[in-house]
Amino acid sequence: MSDIVISVRELTKCFGDFAAVDHISFDVRRGEIFGFLGANGAGKTTAMRMLCGLSYPTSGSGTVAGFDITKEGEQIKRHIGYMSQRFSLYNDLTVWENINLFAGIYGLSKADTESRATELLERLNFTSERNTLVGSLPLGWKQKLSFAIATIHRPEVVFLDEPTGGVDPITRRQFWEMIYEAADGGTTIFVTTHYMDEAEYCSRVSIMVDGKVCALDTPARLKQQFAAESMDEVFRTLARGAQRGE
Amino acid sequence: MSAIEIHNLSKSFGKVKALDSVSLSVERGELFGLIGPDGAGKSTLFRLLTTLLNPDDGSASVDGYDIVKDYLSIRSRVGYMPGRFSLYPDLSVEENLNFFAALFGVTVEESYDLIAPIYSQIEPFRTRRAGKLSGGMKQKLALSCALIHRPSVLFLDEPTTGVDAVSRSEFWDMLAGLKERGITILVSTPYMDEASRCDRIALCNEGHILGIDTPQNIVEKFDSPLYAVRADNMFTLLESSREVQGVVECYPFGEVHHLVASNDFDVKHYKEALNHIENLTITPTQPTIEDMFIKLMKR
Repeated sequence: MSDIVISVRELTKCFGDFAAVDHISFDVRRGEIFGFLGANGAGKTTAMRMLCGLSYPTSGSGTVAGFDITKEGEQIKRHIGYMSQRFSLYNDLTVWENINLFAGIYGLSKADTESRATELLERLNFTSERNTLVGSLPLGWKQKLSFAIATIHRPEVVFLDEPTGGVDPITRRQFWEMIYEAADGGTTIFVTTHYMDEAEYCSRVSIMVDGKVCALDTPARLKQQFAAESMDEVFRTLARGAQRGE
Repeated sequence: MSAIEIHNLSKSFGKVKALDSVSLSVERGELFGLIGPDGAGKSTLFRLLTTLLNPDDGSASVDGYDIVKDYLSIRSRVGYMPGRFSLYPDLSVEENLNFFAALFGVTVEESYDLIAPIYSQIEPFRTRRAGKLSGGMKQKLALSCALIHRPSVLFLDEPTTGVDAVSRSEFWDMLAGLKERGITILVSTPYMDEASRCDRIALCNEGHILGIDTPQNIVEKFDSPLYAVRADNMFTLLESSREVQGVVECYPFGEVHHLVASNDFDVKHYKEALNHIENLTITPTQPTIEDMFIKLMKR
């Protein structure tokens, strides 16, 4: 297995004559927590869609989990994990039904589903909640379960799109501890957030402005480079320079 | 008389107590923030105060009018921007504004001076359909529509959720401008760092109010020693710190971890206990609204 899990070169996506993503290049290494920041309208969502195999680039090249993003979108979708705050689990299904559904979508066999579900429930201390409706679980539990399910097919990389929006400060921190743990175990994390304190938790951070990656480094080096006290200040400095509106 | 008076207000949906005996009052001209995560009951409170729901128990008044008895009087006096975009996507920017003006029996010209600082930013796009606007522009149009009848009280339900840090800060500048015009503003947000932009705040969680005060006084009530700690391996530091005597709590806080200590905590002992951790530093630090929120939630 390669040590580079995501690699893109000159990746570009145009809508008509508008370059939503404009020649971006970067690598993400195995086990990194890679923060993907940008102002609203900077092109984050468009870039994420290409990395997740949901749309093909206009030009440029790249690989995600070893698959070509210019033509192997279907393979990419099977080999990554994805979680967002807006769409996670089905509230009207039980814990077990949710696991079974997503395992099926990711193409796990019945035997694999059974063994991984058992392992997952034990790891989360959820065994007694197997038949509980997800809707009745506390938010913190839902999020843990949601992350565990997004990684049930053991993807090399998991994409987290604003995973902690609207979440209370204690649950938000529990969630980040889970991310640390997963990254420690070798899972690569690609995460977007509007909470600048969370940018500090990342191994490296990229900041998009007007379709381009205009900064990419560890939080410590970015702060040094921009003579800033915090990532919030770095972000403000860069985002204020944006030419295009949202 | 306060602009908003709330006494023991409760509202349940089935078994869920969305609001559990909440009381607070907002002074005239005050910029008051409801700070809390999803499920705190913020939206329910807005829907009660704007007379879209009736309470199960308790009472409240807005601008001196009772939210149950005088609901019609309240509706013409308040502006409301719900959390979800609720304008007509098939109408243009201008048509939406004219429509809301007509509903309230006013003209855009009469209120133009009030909305100008906000509306002028989207006026170049006045013929564009509202559904085709960007997030930030939709927000400005929604705020313009909520102000068109010159309300005395403005209710804004999570106007900055999902908005980037720079646009959020600009939105708060707009609110500061409206406050200058004497409008009372009740605004909710899940972002703790926005609390400092309010005159007073209520920290809300699961249908309860954990505390009400000025942002400054809220943090001054934090009564435990608080330290910022850091090291090369932050994950190990977190887990090891929690094992040390005198550590009440340790949690990630941006580039450092915050360590809440009890009175028998000893820095020297802490350093000795963690001497296997490389490049450990520990310094006293000032609490923030978020530290206080965490403390109140655990209580």
